[in-house]
Amino acid sequence: MPSSFYILALFTIVSAFCAMSLRNLIHCALCLALTFLGVAGLFLHLNAPFLAFAQILVYVGAVAILIVFAILLTRGTEQPRERTATQLLFSVPLSIVVAAILINAAFSTRFAAPAVISNPPAATAATSVRDLGIALMTTHVIPLEAIGLLLTVALLGAVVLALPERKAQAEGEGSDRR
Amino acid sequence: MNPLHAYLAVSAILFAIGFGGVIARRNAIVVLMGIELMLNAANLNFVAFWKYGPVTQPDGYIFVLFSIAIAAAESAVGLALVILIYRHFKTTNLDQTNRLQG
Repeated sequence: MPSSFYILALFTIVSAFCAMSLRNLIHCALCLALTFLGVAGLFLHLNAPFLAFAQILVYVGAVAILIVFAILLTRGTEQPRERTATQLLFSVPLSIVVAAILINAAFSTRFAAPAVISNPPAATAATSVRDLGIALMTTHVIPLEAIGLLLTVALLGAVVLALPERKAQAEGEGSDRR
Repeated sequence: MNPLHAYLAVSAILFAIGFGGVIARRNAIVVLMGIELMLNAANLNFVAFWKYGPVTQPDGYIFVLFSIAIAAAESAVGLALVILIYRHFKTTNLDQTNRLQG
């Protein structure tokens, strides 16, 4: 493995740890954006440039900004002591156990890896955006339509969810006037 | 080290960090951030298997594309729910928002 992989992996993991452990929520969100950037770098490392830029556009550009907005909108009541000792006592060993199990499972499984490494052009051919678009428009066109529908429904759902209290208030005022 | 194993190890650590955050933190937004981290770890697994796995079709690639879109929809709805909960309970602490009925 080249050293750039280790640097990227270390960057991603350290920023992910900061995102989950820092006390200030804004710092958490910014570290999460750094983590997304690190994962995008790993995608680039895996010879998937389109996915890396989709990751940057969607995660760093949209999701991280959305999270910052949500943090700023829900500020007001900062609870002074969020974490207690018992929560850390349970969560840290539990997450270490999860990581150990997953890594052990990955390392103890014999994958049929050499088949692809011997002929890399087959794997890299799909990275061209043209092939990707053709695949999306022919074999995967129904999932593509479904994802478009899902995004529309999610957009409408988010708007409807954020509205109702004001609507209920307006209805209350209307009944008061009667 | 086998490159596939290296990526799987990074993904497993990322997943465990997100999992620990979901368990330990009590702020709903940080819990959502942990879920995003776990989704990212899964995406990394998909791409690693697409690159180094036995199947040479672009399915893993396209799967990650759909996964990113679904994660975006999930975070939009989730954060709208968090804002709704904050408006109702005046807090985003999950220990204090344990009633379904207002």
